[in-house]
Amino acid sequence: MILHPAIIALLTGSLLTSALLLYAAFFAMRILRHWDLTSGSELQVSLERRTYLLTTVMACACTFQILSLFLFIHTADSICTLFSGAMCAAGTLNLNRFGYPALLLKLANFLLAGLWLIVNHVDSKGYDYPLIRVKYRLLLVIAPLLLAEMVVQGGHFLSLRPQVITSCCGSLFGARESGIASHLAILPEVQVLIALAITIALTLACGGYYLLRGKGGYPFAAAALVTFAIGAMALVSAIPVYIYALPTHHCPFCMLHREYGHIGYLLYVTLLGAGVAGLGAGALQPFRGVASLAAVLPVIQRRLVLTAMILYGAFGGVALWQIMVSELRLG
Amino acid sequence: MGGVEKQRSIIDFTLSSLLRRKGKNAALLTVYALVVFFLASVMFFTQAIRKEAAALLASAPELVVQRTVAGRHDLIPLGYIEKIRGIRGISAVRGRLWGYYYDPLFLANYTLVVPEAFPWGTGTIVIGQAVARRTMTVEGSVMPFHTYSGKPVNLTVVNIMPATTELVAADLILLSADDFRMLFGVPPGLATDLVVEVANPAEVPTIARKIGALLPDTRPISRDEILRTYEAVFDWRSGILLTLLSGALLAFVIFAWDKATGLSAEERKEIGILKAVGWDTGDVLLMKFWEGTAISLSAFLAGVILAYLHVFIAAAPFFEPVIKGWSVLYPQFRLTPALDFSSLAVLFFLTVVPYTVATIVPAWRAATVDPDAVMRG
Amino acid sequence: MIELLNIHKTFNQGKTNEYVALREISLAIASRQATVLKGPSGSGKTTLLGILGGMARPTAGRIVLFEREITSLPERFLTDIRRRTFGFIFQQFNLVRGIGVLENVMLPAYPCGERHAILRERAMALLELFGLAGRAATRVEWLSGGEMQRVAIARALINNPAVIIADEPTAHLDTRLSGEFLEFMARLKGEGKTIIMASHDPLVYEAGLVDRVVEMRDGRIVYP
Repeated sequence: MILHPAIIALLTGSLLTSALLLYAAFFAMRILRHWDLTSGSELQVSLERRTYLLTTVMACACTFQILSLFLFIHTADSICTLFSGAMCAAGTLNLNRFGYPALLLKLANFLLAGLWLIVNHVDSKGYDYPLIRVKYRLLLVIAPLLLAEMVVQGGHFLSLRPQVITSCCGSLFGARESGIASHLAILPEVQVLIALAITIALTLACGGYYLLRGKGGYPFAAAALVTFAIGAMALVSAIPVYIYALPTHHCPFCMLHREYGHIGYLLYVTLLGAGVAGLGAGALQPFRGVASLAAVLPVIQRRLVLTAMILYGAFGGVALWQIMVSELRLG
Repeated sequence: MGGVEKQRSIIDFTLSSLLRRKGKNAALLTVYALVVFFLASVMFFTQAIRKEAAALLASAPELVVQRTVAGRHDLIPLGYIEKIRGIRGISAVRGRLWGYYYDPLFLANYTLVVPEAFPWGTGTIVIGQAVARRTMTVEGSVMPFHTYSGKPVNLTVVNIMPATTELVAADLILLSADDFRMLFGVPPGLATDLVVEVANPAEVPTIARKIGALLPDTRPISRDEILRTYEAVFDWRSGILLTLLSGALLAFVIFAWDKATGLSAEERKEIGILKAVGWDTGDVLLMKFWEGTAISLSAFLAGVILAYLHVFIAAAPFFEPVIKGWSVLYPQFRLTPALDFSSLAVLFFLTVVPYTVATIVPAWRAATVDPDAVMRG
Repeated sequence: MIELLNIHKTFNQGKTNEYVALREISLAIASRQATVLKGPSGSGKTTLLGILGGMARPTAGRIVLFEREITSLPERFLTDIRRRTFGFIFQQFNLVRGIGVLENVMLPAYPCGERHAILRERAMALLELFGLAGRAATRVEWLSGGEMQRVAIARALINNPAVIIADEPTAHLDTRLSGEFLEFMARLKGEGKTIIMASHDPLVYEAGLVDRVVEMRDGRIVYP
């Protein structure tokens, strides 16, 4: 264990967030068991009041989650000097088997928390709590994942022993080792970029069609999801190569540094935002038939589709701009 | 848009409410800002000092070879130089002489170093700023020393080092090799350690391993290792400080929770009125959210700004002894100001997050007063 | 316009101190009339007033407002309907201390998200109407009893509600101010508002503007 301030902060943060979520999950279960909108009993009234608390708790958890995601990467980056061989976050995360799972859990939890807030927002617009069971079941899925994140992140930090020789980002993402990360790195850059361009174009087309005709929600959601996956792949394989102008440097973290104008934040935020919005638009599609949502759901979905389109467009734009200004040229 | 106007109206009302309850909020704000101030001071200080140390070590040798006897650092025979020079990839090897000297007159420890080139000759020394300050020495004056055998020796100060790199050079005295050997009784043919220059930095670990195999009684130390150790020590020290401060943090959180739970009858009635005249639980929660934001933001800003002034302008009088070291001769220097995302995020997680978590449930409880409560009296 | 069907209200349900405040209440309130709920304290009239005004939910029974069933609406929606439909005047006026008259009057409209400037204008017009324009910035604790009463009425009117609900409005007023209050109510009734008051003050239930008196005892309607 390293007694680093950021590590203490991250552990504190995840402990508190998990505690909040456990508290919320307890009441979510009560709501799922006892919810009866037709009843005017005191129990029902108190459960309805709890929903306000749970909304607040989830909004806080989601905010903490995105901050903690960046702080986590940042910390992994800044403590890499403690480990010989580690040159950036990639090396630190690769020190033990908890590093990358912790990062993936953080990402997943952020996406799910964002999705929850979208579902909750829609639910609050219907006069009969149309999505109440959906959203609290989702909460019951998120809570254990957040606990898992706390444990895995704790495991990662607690088992860090300074000076263990680790592979730095140069070798981890340098197509020498096995594992998901290096599999992504040996993806052919040009093909990944072409795929990214195609999926973004497809998403924009589906979104445009949806905005014009109000139809094709599922194709859009599918396209958005695929774009998210391809975008994430491009972020660890093709885009970094151009940003660093080094054909062998695939690290998705170094681009968060000042040397690269913090360009990474822009890419991460747009991709994550687009992912949440696209996921949300798709997740709402099955509820278009709900009577109490008939008036509001299309409006919210359009807004989400538009948000996803703008953010994907921005993501693609920033990536393209980086490739254009890069000194690197790949066939 | 209606939403924005609603937020604006509620923010207006929240701020005026906060100002109305100045006394209660001032106490909370002061404690909150103080907690942020302490944590931020520790963070900024460590951050800056790490940078400083890293900058200094950048000019340190790639590899140092020490001899150990019975697990202790011992003088190294200069004959080892020839043996090491044979290893491929090494561009130069030389012996170094350095050590510590305790001055009973001024109750201070000096670091005595023989530089690679010392043009002033025997009988003279060059001293660091802190030494000059402590002994009130100027260029040209004489400093008394005692040799290992107790014989008094006077050395003339020919130069005082510039203040630029004071953190490490503060307690430094440079002198000639002959004076060093005379002072400490180090026989010729022995040195404190060896400095190895390596042409390709990537080969340092390999060369270190080879030296270790060739001369089993030596311990090669690379610059990266030193840097790592420094970092670990600074991190560890600030971590310890933060852990110690966690008691204060906990007290603050309990205080905040207590404040949030113990609504005055006045406030409770006010929220009751708002609910009665048509505010929804969500609206009251929104008000509570803005209230928390306003308090957190002001406390955070005040604490961070005060800490910035404390560390970078006043040179951290509160924490200096704990983080910098134990030497009597504290370096006097201004740290280079550094503010980064991660320090602020760390502060956020250690102060705003606990505060928020502590006040969510009380805020919600306050917001769920029955609207007809005011009618029931 | 407001119809209550077989309303029951129980407090502390299932506990040893369970207490039934209202039983089998069925009542229809007509538009543009003044109705008084009359009865001794503890008869349940304040509870009934709360349920009529959408402040509390009945344990059982149904409420229909403007032909829309609102019984099991979520609090959020109920509150929205409530603040647009009802204006409340409380026993002790319940003004927020420490802030000015104008802000007190504007408070109920904040969650509606109206433009601040427009809202302010409307509030000023109301204060003008009640002769309080000069006191707009005064803190409410410096007001006289009569002024406080008028501020409370102005606040009840800020969202232009169809119904005014007043709970024991004259309990803390002398005869002159009580008369003044009833005059205001008569004026509002004349403007087409529905008035519902709970009171056991003869001044109120014998007042000329009252169209109907509903008498309560032990949580039931005993007359008519």
